Order: sequence, then C-alpha cells, then structure tokens
Amino acid sequence: MILQASRLAKSFGATQALRGAGLTIDAGEIVAVMGPSGSGKSTLLHCLSGILQPDGGTVTYRGVDLGGLSDRDRSALRRDDFGFVFQFGQLVPELTCLENVALPLRLGGTGRRTAEATATVWLERLEVEEAGRQQPGDVSGGQAQRVAIARALIHDPAIIFADEPTGALDTLQGEKVMQLLSSTVRGSGAALVLVTHEPRVAAYSDREVIVRDGRTADAANAA
Amino acid sequence: MYSGVMSVSRTLLGLLEVGPSHGYDLKRAHDELFRSERPLAYGQVYATLARLLRNGLVDVEGTEAGEGPERKRYAITDAGVTDVAAWLSTPENPQEYLHNTLYTKVVLALMSHRDAGQILDAQRAVHLESMREFNRRKQSGDLADQLICDHALFHLEADLKWLETTAGRLAELGQRVGR
Ligand SMILES: Nc1ncnc2c1ncn2[C@@H]1O[C@H](COP(=O)(O)OP(=O)(O)O)[C@@H](O)[C@H]1O
Ligand SMILES: [Mg+2]
Repeated sequence: MILQASRLAKSFGATQALRGAGLTIDAGEIVAVMGPSGSGKSTLLHCLSGILQPDGGTVTYRGVDLGGLSDRDRSALRRDDFGFVFQFGQLVPELTCLENVALPLRLGGTGRRTAEATATVWLERLEVEEAGRQQPGDVSGGQAQRVAIARALIHDPAIIFADEPTGALDTLQGEKVMQLLSSTVRGSGAALVLVTHEPRVAAYSDREVIVRDGRTADAANAA
Repeated sequence: MYSGVMSVSRTLLGLLEVGPSHGYDLKRAHDELFRSERPLAYGQVYATLARLLRNGLVDVEGTEAGEGPERKRYAITDAGVTDVAAWLSTPENPQEYLHNTLYTKVVLALMSHRDAGQILDAQRAVHLESMREFNRRKQSGDLADQLICDHALFHLEADLKWLETTAGRLAELGQRVGR
C-alpha cells in the first residue's frame, strides 16, 4: 500500500463535496474511481494528490501524512512522485508537444538534450512521435492526451492521477488512449488512480471504488 | 443473447445455405465463426438437424458408408432458404430488454424492505468484472474477437448506465411500490 486516505471531508461553502471518503492504493495497481457526476470524484482525486487540502481526514503517502507537510514539500512531492492527466488543457500551449513532455525533467534540472531525447522515447511509446514538433493546439484531442500521458510518466512517478482522461474523446480515440495509458502505466510499475464515470474506461482497471454523495464504497467490501 | 434453440437452428440452416455439410463440420464451423461461449454439443446439432429435416427445411443429400447420424450429409431446401432469408431480414425484438430480472429483483427488494442498493452494487461489481474479462480478451484477440467482445462490452455498459440511473432513484421507486 503506497497511498491511504480515510474519513476525508471537504466542503465548498455549503456544498459538502466529500463526507467520509477513503481508499487505499497498492503499488502498481489500477483503481477506477466511479460514480455519478457531482458525487465528489474530482474532489477526492485532488485531496489524494495533495492539490487540495481536505477539511478533515488524512491522506498518507508511503507513511507520510500529506497534511503535515509544508506547501513547499507537498508541491515537491507532487512534482517528483506523482503524475497527472486531466480531461484536457493541461499542456502548455506555447511549447511544442516534445517540449511539453520534456518539461518535468527540465524542471527537475535535467539538461535540454537529455530531456528531449527521453521525451522522444516517450512520445514513441505513446505512438505519437509525429506530434513532437507541433504545438498542442495543432494536434487532435487523442494525440494531445497521449502527449499528456507521456508527460505524466516521463519522470517515473509512483502514482498517476487521471481525471476523466478520455472525457473529451470519441469512443475509438478514447479506447486507444486507454490502451496506451494502461499498458504504459503497467510497464512503468506506477499505480493509476483513474477517475471516470464510463464503464468501458473502468474496464481497464484492476478494481473499482464507487463514490456516491461524497462517500466511498469499496466494491471488494460491498458485495 | 440470442442463444435460444430457435437461433441455433437458424444459424445451422444459414451455414447449410453456404453448402451441404455433415453435422460434425457444421458444429466446427459454428464454434469457429461465432466464438460462442459454450461450444455446441453434438447432441444438440443432431437433434436440431433432425428437426429441420422433419420440417422440410433440409434434405439428406447422401449417407456415407458406416453407421450413425454423423455420416449424413445435409443440404438446405428451397423452403430452408426462404426461412433463412426471412429470419435474416427480421430485426431482433428490442422488447427483450423489457424483461429485466434486475428490475424485478430491485422492486421485490424494496417491497420486502431489503437493501436494493446492495443488489445493484453487487450487480455492478459482477458486470465490471465481466467487462474486464472481455476487455482483456479483446486486447489479445483478432478482429472477430474484438468485434464480438465490443458487442458484449457495449451491452454491459448499457446495463450499467441503467443500473446507475436506478441507483440514483431508489428512494423514489421505493415510495411508488409502497415501501
Ligand atoms: N471549486 C469548487 N467550488 C464550489 N463547489 C465545488 C468545487 N468543486 C466541486 N464543487 C462541488 O462539489 C461537488 C463534487 O464535485 P466534484 O468533485 O467535481 O464531482 P465529480 O468529479 O464526481 O463530478 C459538486 O456538487 C460540485 O459542484
Ligand atoms: Mg469530476
């Protein structure tokens, strides 16, 4: 188990987005977080990954309580150990796709040539090397998501957090993205927390966690 | 889904329209082409052929030396061709989806003050597990496997959408059925 959350609570004004959510993630597993729209899936993902601070409850990553870290240490953890894939809009529009993928390594101090050589390998793994020299605005939605996945994986994170990664794609594009995401994640040994309301996307997971009204139910324990 | 007796006989008849065949070869062609979950049993093949023969939809074209039904060579008749054509051009009945065991279970659970949500949760888990299996098979399969698995995956997905809608309206349904 590398990530554990329990009794998470989070409100936005009067809206209780989370009211007692929790789960555990083992190293290398793919877990789908499912539930209706507005049930709190994204809020849960943001709390798990240290993007949001919960009002109550704890998130523990490899034995470290995220709530006990300074903002600075939490940012460093997100940068070094986590990778993120969102529905869209996560690529820097002014950079080429290759530069986008290389970015996490560059931010970590790797030289440009080494970073871009590694980025090229990742673009090839995601079968999207032809997009390398283009800017995100000039590639298709499916290509952009593959670039985003390459960027999320390039620094060898322990956990990838993906929020509706195929939400903006059609069925065939989405399927290709899921195949590549699941196979590269499995190849890298990272865990994947996959937020989706689509069963066909969840079918790429090892197990599912259901969120309803801000609460989680572990399917393994429910049935 | 279309695994009833009727559909096996129509399927075998359709295969016989391609050319005369023995029961043994029909069974093999059926299992290979349609990748059915359970291979056809020989007994079912011969019983089906006997019924088709009785109904005049196939003829015995020749019987080769030796005993036993497997030596018979069957050919489709004109009436058989008409039957296949009519079957192929008749759309499948969408009413099939109105006979919903899960809905029945949910209503009965609500009426007997059991936890209907739990029934849906258990069904979701089973459905998703089944989707994972089809998904794996699809990844490693050829085009036929992929399309056959897609058929199953889209149907399971539709079931799950219904399941989530129902899960969201259990309280309302409970009031209607007089819980
Ligand atoms: N930044 C925010 N400000 C106000 N309300 C929010 C915010 N983020 C989420 N919410 C509310 O919290 C609830 C859960 O949202 P979210 O976690 O995005 O659900 P999901 O991802 O399952 O669709 C919703 O009612 C949503 O409107
Ligand atoms: Mg969301």
